[in-house]
Amino acid sequence: MSLYYLQKVLYDLNRDPLVQAEYLDDCDSLFNKYALTDEEQGALSKPDIGLLYVLGVNGQILMHFAAFHQIEWDDYLRLMREGIEQHGPVRDGVYAMTGQGKNFTIDTEAPK
Amino acid sequence: MSLVYIGACSHAPGITARSERADPKVRDEFYANLAIMREDIQASGAEALIVIAAEHFANFFMNNMPAYCIGMGDEYEGPIEDPDWLRIQRTKVPGNAELSKRLIVEVQQTVDVAFAEEWKFDHGISVPLHFLTPDYDLPIIPVNINCQGPPLTPLHRAWEFGEALRRACDSVPEKIALVGTGGISHWPATPDSGKINEDWDREFLERFKRNDKQAMLSYSDLETYRDGGQGGFEIRTFIAAAAAARGAQADVHFYAPIPIFAVGCTCASFEL
Repeated sequence: MSLYYLQKVLYDLNRDPLVQAEYLDDCDSLFNKYALTDEEQGALSKPDIGLLYVLGVNGQILMHFAAFHQIEWDDYLRLMREGIEQHGPVRDGVYAMTGQGKNFTIDTEAPK
Repeated sequence: MSLVYIGACSHAPGITARSERADPKVRDEFYANLAIMREDIQASGAEALIVIAAEHFANFFMNNMPAYCIGMGDEYEGPIEDPDWLRIQRTKVPGNAELSKRLIVEVQQTVDVAFAEEWKFDHGISVPLHFLTPDYDLPIIPVNINCQGPPLTPLHRAWEFGEALRRACDSVPEKIALVGTGGISHWPATPDSGKINEDWDREFLERFKRNDKQAMLSYSDLETYRDGGQGGFEIRTFIAAAAAARGAQADVHFYAPIPIFAVGCTCASFEL
């Protein structure tokens, strides 16, 4: 229903192992405690990191959720870019993409 | 007694989580400077360490977001992040509720600070502690300034909060160290992660070194968002530390952009 509740469920999930367990066991039960649209519930259950980013989830909240799903850092950044390509610009919040999709890390890493 | 050490350093999950991907030379120099901060805190004889942080929704949400909060527990825990991801094991960290209470009472004389008897650390505190008190043998007093959920506290209020912390520390007999941890410019956890405005950072650090109150408080949030990203809002933690230093000049021991850490990495201390 709003970015507030979308972020609230992630806030609760990020910091509480019991909520994490409920999310894994019965996410519908968890989502029913919050006012969430079908689009938001789908993005949470998939999880669709790109859509969650476009919906405006604060990166500090979304980053923890991605880590919970064992999504590697480069994949996390890629999924957000793909979200922009698929769904358009970030719709709310203060974590909009401003770098035109440029990768700011790959060229400055140490040689592997 | 009063503050026996005041410093500032960066925090970011990449500092521990992606350590092997940074330029080893720059990374090791950064780690060495964090080690110097650890040694200086130990040498100061500090009996507690105040960490002015910008927590990231580990404890506070937009249902009840304090502009300022001080921990008042005998024990904290963290990090909330997946320990394998952050590469910092989840642990208990000692606090000092009685000392916190005395500090809070004094801060409240001028700042309506919130307090919290429970507090879960995220990388904003856990990463600095990993380097500064790796044995978790020094009581920590966590302090949060809301730098994430607008509307944010004005910079001049962050300064006044730092002044209140200094006055509170002056009022207790314990030796206390204080570290502010935050930005400077960065676009963390976005597709722009790794973007760092080095010129903007260095200009801020010049103002910080001079402890130039007027210059540090002259940024608007719109300018900061444009030039320093949403992570730039965390200059509030540096500003509060500067205010606590009560006019002392800062020595910036280290600054280097480390894009894979997603921040311009900084180590600084004040000449008390």
